[in-house]
Amino acid sequence: MAVAQPALDLPMRRTRIGGWDPTWLLWIAIIAVLLFLVVSPFVYLVLTSFQAERTGAFTLQNYATAYGRARYIDALFNSLQLGAGAALLAGVLAVPLAWGCSRTNMPGRGFVRMLVLATFITPPYTGAVAWILLAGPNAGWLNRIYVMLTGAEAGPFNIYSFPGLVVVIALYSFPYIFIFTSAALELVSSEMEDAANILGAGTWRTMRKVTLPLAIPAILGGLIICFLEAIALFASPAMIAIPARFNVVTTQLFQFFGNPVRVEVAAAYAMPLLGVTVLLALVQRLMTHRKSFATLTGKGGERRPIDLGSGRWLMFAYAMFVASLSVFLPYIFLVQAAFAKAWGRGFAWDNLSFRNFHFVLFEHATAAQSVWNAFLYAGVAATAGVILTLGVAYIVARKLVPFGGLLAFLCVAPFVIPGVVLAIGFYAAYAPPPLALYGTAMILILAFTTRFLPIGYVNASAAIRSINPEMEEAVRVLGGSRLTALRRVVAPLLKRNLLGAWLLIFIPATRELSSAIFLYGPNTKVVSVMIFDMSEEGNFEYLAALALILQILTLPLLYIGQRALGRDFMLRRTTT
Amino acid sequence: MSKLVLKNIGKSYGSFDAVKDFSLELASGEFVSLLGPSGCGKTTTLRMIAGFMPPTSGTIEVDGKVISSPAGVVPPEKRGMSMIFQSYAIWPNMTVGQNVGFGLEVRKLPRAEIERRVDRILEVVQMAPLKGRYPAELSGGQQQRVALARAIVVEPEVLLLDEPLSNLDANLREEMRFEIRRLHDEFKITTVYVTHDQSEAMVTSDRIVVMNKGRIEQIDPPHILYGRPKSRFVAGFIGRTNFVDRDGATYSIRPQSIGLSPARPLANAVEADIVGRSYLGEYWDYLAKPLGDTKPLRVSTGPNVLFDVGQRVWLEIDPTAMVRVE
Ligand SMILES: Nc1ncnc2c1ncn2[C@@H]1O[C@H](COP(=O)(O)OP(=O)(O)OP(=O)(O)O)[C@@H](O)[C@H]1O
Ligand SMILES: [Mg+2]
Repeated sequence: MAVAQPALDLPMRRTRIGGWDPTWLLWIAIIAVLLFLVVSPFVYLVLTSFQAERTGAFTLQNYATAYGRARYIDALFNSLQLGAGAALLAGVLAVPLAWGCSRTNMPGRGFVRMLVLATFITPPYTGAVAWILLAGPNAGWLNRIYVMLTGAEAGPFNIYSFPGLVVVIALYSFPYIFIFTSAALELVSSEMEDAANILGAGTWRTMRKVTLPLAIPAILGGLIICFLEAIALFASPAMIAIPARFNVVTTQLFQFFGNPVRVEVAAAYAMPLLGVTVLLALVQRLMTHRKSFATLTGKGGERRPIDLGSGRWLMFAYAMFVASLSVFLPYIFLVQAAFAKAWGRGFAWDNLSFRNFHFVLFEHATAAQSVWNAFLYAGVAATAGVILTLGVAYIVARKLVPFGGLLAFLCVAPFVIPGVVLAIGFYAAYAPPPLALYGTAMILILAFTTRFLPIGYVNASAAIRSINPEMEEAVRVLGGSRLTALRRVVAPLLKRNLLGAWLLIFIPATRELSSAIFLYGPNTKVVSVMIFDMSEEGNFEYLAALALILQILTLPLLYIGQRALGRDFMLRRTTT
Repeated sequence: MSKLVLKNIGKSYGSFDAVKDFSLELASGEFVSLLGPSGCGKTTTLRMIAGFMPPTSGTIEVDGKVISSPAGVVPPEKRGMSMIFQSYAIWPNMTVGQNVGFGLEVRKLPRAEIERRVDRILEVVQMAPLKGRYPAELSGGQQQRVALARAIVVEPEVLLLDEPLSNLDANLREEMRFEIRRLHDEFKITTVYVTHDQSEAMVTSDRIVVMNKGRIEQIDPPHILYGRPKSRFVAGFIGRTNFVDRDGATYSIRPQSIGLSPARPLANAVEADIVGRSYLGEYWDYLAKPLGDTKPLRVSTGPNVLFDVGQRVWLEIDPTAMVRVE
């Protein structure tokens, strides 16, 4: 019997495997965008490092130049030392705080978490400036207070030093370790600890033998992230290391990028930074995704805080000490500077003035514009990033195309590319004709989109996975198209998550410096670059005012995010 | 004419056949269950009917029109079917009324007509007072009723259900079985019901398709499946049974078709020892080992028929109750 002919009054859809399918179009479009955003800058970075300036011929000269001087090599080692020092110090700051907040009856746990969040949303350059006010030689407040109290000739603190830089970086990157460690500790149930207690182990022994080993992979993972942050950071080293007359990789890259721009040499010089980052990021993945760690994510069981007795106040004191260094002292003196005619004249009524705010908002030629630029570019980048990652997460989760995993990989790949390296790649790829995007708003937006693609993807894919596909199938079987399902069911259910993902890109993008500093032009200065410029000019009063404006503008965003996703959304969702 | 016809449907993943050579015809208004152990391909078959999964071979017709063949498939939204999912898939962002009215809205019915039909169906499933509630404010059983109402209100060509009761507790599950059959009798919708629970299938269905490893074992009304199982698999899967080998063939005999008496009956009797027993309230379940045999037989008796373990008894086997299975 012949197979019945398809009836023509119903629209049939061809489904031959290997044949043409409209979803391929979508796949091609997305892969094209990802090639443009992620792959091409990376490829150009590598290519450029082997190309002669102007002629473009193959050469190894760039590498010879980049590693040809002792001080260039020194900068590489300085970065490694800086990363190690900052990560270790950050660990010392963060681990006790994380344990105190998540496992003990330390008083004020919510307050301490809030202060960690305040640290987390302080841009590294703002923190660095605050610490220049605090611990600059002679004029720094800590030195002046020391002199006042002891009558000594001069204070002991000098921020313009290697240890100074380590401290400043550790103070503003310890939240990463805090996030990782508390996430792990919150998975250790009291029952596991009880099991050890019943077998005769005391509180400290239990902590050493049970709790800590369970948290170790997370702590190490956090240390690695801190290390990577520290070696990729541009702002604080530029403000502190350069006056102190030493270089790290990022500041050296910036100098290769200065007049005249030697992007070929910069690309060659960026390779070790890129290599170390890729390698350590992989190690970090392996460590936090190990099986022993994954088994913890089962039912956590009940968690009773450990009673520290009177030690809880000691714990609290330590938390306040850390918070003083990262939040209280810096902000007190930033506020003082922002409202001062001259910050050095201290807290006097006749030194009080609103002039700085008035100046940066209304008189300065580009300061207000730079704030607007930052928010505009960040807004566009966050919107593009959310739409793109949501699209990818959706088609990967619903297996709409073959090789979806490749798309997912491209979305998270920028995680291993430091901001400065990414910027050099973008410069190499898109500054020359035909696109000639250097100095345009477009290149900043594209770079920001790429830079925060991983945050977007992690959140978007978690959001999509939280929706049972049957929700959409129920729409379709009742006669709605896939688009109807997206519009009527998926989008409403994801609203909060998408808003959250958007904010998680938007907030850091408004303050992004390390990629912006290499790509901005005269009309596309963003607020981070503006603040950096002011620090070079020594305009600390204006700078403090501008930095505070940036922080104040962030507060309503934080509030919205907390309403949508809960109090800890910033601390929970930024990292995977 | 048959409402829904599946001809030699197959679905393979690489070299693995999840469903193979599946053919079935449903008369209009018929209620058919797909029954079988986990992983036998029930969901796969149902999703091919719904259009979520293109079959690798075979054709599907509704009212004589081909909606799926290797040449192409009609997408699910154009098939005019309804489906009830294991997770219910009630949309949490819509109220009960909006959930139920959705299919009518997509069909572009006038507002007033939608309201009228939604109210009526909610009346039928006894959910009318909860029309304005959100799904998060409903119990599992109530969500189930919403899912039923939402699927039925559009008067689908075919209603598909995938283990709709497996998330409910035992009592509710029993109640909902009858509810589903009652709704079917009221609306006469052609229905395919997937379950791995035999009593669920027996209570609800006109016919049952027993599946095993992607293939059909037998298609028959419940009483025939039980009384005349064709294969060892069906006999073992539907109800409890004994297999006895006689003259090179295997026969199935149900535990209640074996008589148990202390004295020798007239015919067809063998002597046996009671080797185990359990009391299940409605009946006694005895294990009796015929003398010279190694394998005990299960025998059930009324709750008042008492024997002790170790007691010598007579088994009376009704030859007409013995069904030859392959
Ligand atoms: N994407 C897939 N790739 C490979 N094999 C699959 C895939 N999906 C399903 N299978 C296999 O197909 C078989 C049939 O699956 P199906 O979900 O239809 O079973 P089921 O009868 O519904 O079982 P259950 O009662 O557990 O729901 C199973 O053995 C399953 O492992
Ligand atoms: Mg199933």
